[in-house]
Amino acid sequence: MADQLENTNPKLYKKVHEREITAEDEDEDVVDDFDSREIFDLIRNINDPEHPLTLEELNVVEQSLIEVDNKHNKVHVKFTPTIPHCSMATLIGLSIRVQLLRALPSRFKVNVEITPGTHASETAVNKQLADKERVAAALENNHLIEVINQCIAAKM
Amino acid sequence: MGSLELKQSLSGHKGRVWNVCWHPKGNSLASCGEDRTIRIWANESSKWVVKTILAEGHQRTVREVSWSPCGNYIASASFDATTAIWDKKAGQFECNVTLEGHEHEVKSVSWSRSGQLLSTCSRDKSVWIWEAADDEYECASVISCHAQDVKKVKWHPHEDTLASASYDDTVRIFKEDAYSDWVCTATLNSHTSTVWSLSFDSTGNRLATCSDDKTVKIWQEYKPGNEAGISTENNESVWKCCCTLSGYHSRPIYDIDWCKLTGLIATACGDDIIRIFREDTDSNPNQPSFSMVCTTDDAHTQDVNSVQWNPVVPGQLASASDDGLVKIWLYSE
Repeated sequence: MADQLENTNPKLYKKVHEREITAEDEDEDVVDDFDSREIFDLIRNINDPEHPLTLEELNVVEQSLIEVDNKHNKVHVKFTPTIPHCSMATLIGLSIRVQLLRALPSRFKVNVEITPGTHASETAVNKQLADKERVAAALENNHLIEVINQCIAAKM
Repeated sequence: MGSLELKQSLSGHKGRVWNVCWHPKGNSLASCGEDRTIRIWANESSKWVVKTILAEGHQRTVREVSWSPCGNYIASASFDATTAIWDKKAGQFECNVTLEGHEHEVKSVSWSRSGQLLSTCSRDKSVWIWEAADDEYECASVISCHAQDVKKVKWHPHEDTLASASYDDTVRIFKEDAYSDWVCTATLNSHTSTVWSLSFDSTGNRLATCSDDKTVKIWQEYKPGNEAGISTENNESVWKCCCTLSGYHSRPIYDIDWCKLTGLIATACGDDIIRIFREDTDSNPNQPSFSMVCTTDDAHTQDVNSVQWNPVVPGQLASASDDGLVKIWLYSE
């Protein structure tokens, strides 16, 4: 990690309320499809690599930027780096990918991309995040997986 | 439309299977994956069974395996930055040579037709050519002309000509020049994203490539003095994209294989589907047209990573997937 913070004074956003659990949610006979709120809940508490704040608090992830197509097993997440030159963008995207890889059934195809127009190297970062071979190789790197696990581990 | 019939599903690998490769005699099959092992399968009384498991050759994922043309050696490319050569001299396969030199993950390995040349490529952007003689392997060339991660290397079916595919969206062709240096003689530009794989046809004059841009492209070689009147520079062949198959695949295409026996092209796609294409009978050689003759939905339950036609049994296809399975199929009209 860099000695100096890249974004020394990030803007903070209000957290959303916890999801309300409906009677239908508790009914085991009702098939619950994944929705954007459920995906959001899986990634909102991922920690930012350089601040003791969650991706939700920094507005890096938002429920409105998550699309779920249950029928076609597709999940599409857009995330917004806090600054356009954020060198952590790939690491943040990788953390989101790993979290969803672990939490979702294997039938889902997950795409993680930078919100268009919010990062100087968005094409390069998106290409790297979409390359499953490079992601697989990255996840075999012990140092990197440790950093990602730290980001993913939700604070109690 | 033809159909692809599932003959057998081979389980055993733990986790993603990256690649399958047929023995040149077509009676056994090697597979490899993230569990760092290579499995060799053989057909016994019409059932495919695992014969050998090669472990402890690699510290990380085995990305690709390749049988030598004589069938006595297996080369394996690994994310641990090495390529292992396995031989059966002691009765069973043993790793007796490890090729080192790449700085990052080795992505692909391929034997030339004669078996005397071996090529590897890596995340470190380079393509290496190794000369093999009496179980000694010497690096003959390190070619650094790709700008990014090199995904695949494959030798021409008859000549000592090599093709490579890269994350830099290009395919390159390499030959040895008059001074015994390996040089890039052609750059094939047309794909708009990573080129994952490539396959020559039986003549070696055409090449099929597949990409993250969800298209397949067919390239035609025009040699110096060609009848079509395509100009060539430096007395080298030019390769032109003569056909693009778009609109068929909904996710990245990870592998392609052009059958040397039947002319059928199979693709392995991130949408879990195996598709088969055939050239139309009235196709113009300079502007060929291909039709999809088969699409097998849910061929696997996850991404299909590899497809390969049996070199001896027409229509027999092997596939490998993220779902941990290897499958044997038979295509029929």
